[in-house]
Amino acid sequence: MFRLEIQHLQPPGSSSYSLRVPSGCTCLVQGPSGSGKTLLLRSIADLDPNRGEVILGDIRRSEVPAHHWRRLVGYLPAESHWWEDRVGDHQQKWPLDLLATLGFEPDVLEWSVARLSTGERQRLALARLLANEPRALLLDEPVANLDADNAERVLQVVHRYQTTQHSPMFWVSHGSEGTDTFSCIGRMWLRHNGVERMELPWS
Amino acid sequence: MELIPLSALDLAIAAALVGLLALLSWLLHLRVGRRLLISAARSTVQLLLLGLVLKTLFAQTSLPLLGLMALVMLAVAGYEVMARQQRRFRGPWGYGLGTLSMFLSSFTITLVALTVVIQVKPWYQPQYLIPLLGMLLGNTMSGIAIALDNLTRTAWEQRERIEARLILGHSWQQAIEGARRDALRSGLIPIINAMTTAGIVSLPGMMTGQILAGSPPMEAAKYQLMILLLIAAGTGLGSMAAVWGGSRRLFDERERLRLDRLKG
Repeated sequence: MFRLEIQHLQPPGSSSYSLRVPSGCTCLVQGPSGSGKTLLLRSIADLDPNRGEVILGDIRRSEVPAHHWRRLVGYLPAESHWWEDRVGDHQQKWPLDLLATLGFEPDVLEWSVARLSTGERQRLALARLLANEPRALLLDEPVANLDADNAERVLQVVHRYQTTQHSPMFWVSHGSEGTDTFSCIGRMWLRHNGVERMELPWS
Repeated sequence: MELIPLSALDLAIAAALVGLLALLSWLLHLRVGRRLLISAARSTVQLLLLGLVLKTLFAQTSLPLLGLMALVMLAVAGYEVMARQQRRFRGPWGYGLGTLSMFLSSFTITLVALTVVIQVKPWYQPQYLIPLLGMLLGNTMSGIAIALDNLTRTAWEQRERIEARLILGHSWQQAIEGARRDALRSGLIPIINAMTTAGIVSLPGMMTGQILAGSPPMEAAKYQLMILLLIAAGTGLGSMAAVWGGSRRLFDERERLRLDRLKG
């Protein structure tokens, strides 16, 4: 069981955040564009210079190497990027069952990245991330570019992962698309790089 | 065989050819004439000055004076490396990285060449030291400038890809490895090309000079070969040091890609 605790975390140009997300719970992050949603996730993953501490279970971010930390807090950016030509070369072991749930045959690993549509990239990026078996999830608009069917697939995969791994999760989105099925949900609204309102039933 | 001395008139004829070229460029609107004339004037002044300086240095063989000369050469080469960067590092790194890498490679290799290979006595005899150091600095300068420029430009252009790897938990070394490899390769390509065509397509400058001065061609060839090999080693080591230091500087202690350390 790993809860995610954020202590006085201050992303660049933002005010500081303090909150915790218990194991298996989801914090929905909403707010207009430019309100700092992505910056918050990037700072939790330690991608921008920031201040404060993040604790996952009994692991303090400041005490583990950064690349190790980023494996633990699986961050899925809104737009995925690929550095090899072949899809399969981006991860050592791909979870085939998960690829199937996302609507891919195993031969997708032979596909060339250049051929992928935006939606395919987005779904494959999720599989690529979950292959690392992160203990927490930081998802930035994971269903934004997907049609209803594929959005449903992604929700299903994320929901199943969270249920079996009991992972705390941040879910950034504009609306609450289908996340109502998640069991333990808190909400946070951002505005001007700071918290406008928080409704966290667990605190 | 004696070297035939060149008179001012001889040089004027050569200069007139460049003047003709500048005139052509002006007539054809190539807009390169001005730069051509300025660089020709610069090399005239610089080479004549060098001749004067070397004359004094050769007469004295004084280590402090030679050291000063070497430092001036290094300082100018360091500035050149920096000026050739499209996106150089901010602060002291912009100048320091290339200069330090050149210092490490050129000075060490020159020292090895003087003491172990040629075995000059004393090792700082200016007739050997200055030309050797000059050729090494000149070539490592190009190699390092190309390699560093390539590294920072690639990092800038591929920042999303590099970050995608960091996000997935790759170390900074893994995330930059592709850019690093390309940068090193690009820095080494000029010297590889030079070695490939040496003696067939191009007659290298040093050998030409020695032959003109009356050295036996075989001796000239051996010297040229030694210089080429030393240059290859110096450029390789210098580029490696610069690319390693540069790629380290692109990330901070938390392995974040810090492109804000580059000048946009």
